[in-house]
Amino acid sequence: MSDFGNYSSGGSMEAKKQQVMDQVRSELALANAQELINKINEKCFARCVTKPSTSLGGSEQTCLSNCMDRYMEAWNIVSRTYINRVQRESQNMGGAGGF
Amino acid sequence: MAQNFDEAAQRELAKFLEAEQAKARLQQSIHTFCDLAFDKCVTKIGNKLDRSEEACLANTVDRFLDTSLFIVRRLEETKGSM
Repeated sequence: MSDFGNYSSGGSMEAKKQQVMDQVRSELALANAQELINKINEKCFARCVTKPSTSLGGSEQTCLSNCMDRYMEAWNIVSRTYINRVQRESQNMGGAGGF
Repeated sequence: MAQNFDEAAQRELAKFLEAEQAKARLQQSIHTFCDLAFDKCVTKIGNKLDRSEEACLANTVDRFLDTSLFIVRRLEETKGSM
């Protein structure tokens, strides 16, 4: 993790501002991806590796691959549904806030 | 660090951070709902989510939010009658 104070010296204020924003955006994207990976790890381990043995078997690996894909599909559906709902609710409330 | 930015830039950054925090909260909710809905709806791991699983995922999110609104309304009602 690089720190916020670490600007290249001599850049304009605008450039520094962009740098801060880009950094925040990429850290958020990273945190989101890590959370997704943790959830997938937890769910798919529980579903696919029911009897842990000395190594991951072929069928366990197939299950894990499928499970990862299904979880990401599910994530996209949940995301779409929730965002639609938030938008609908905030329109109903005259654009004020929502959840 | 704040001295590097003039007042307008600081305001813009504050607004930007607020929006990013809202985005982070939204994403966190999606993770929570997905966790919940996946267990409820995806009972077998196949090659594709079928229609009924997709519908179940969407319904789970909407009904969970309905439940949340229902509970708040219900509590407000009971508060009025006590």
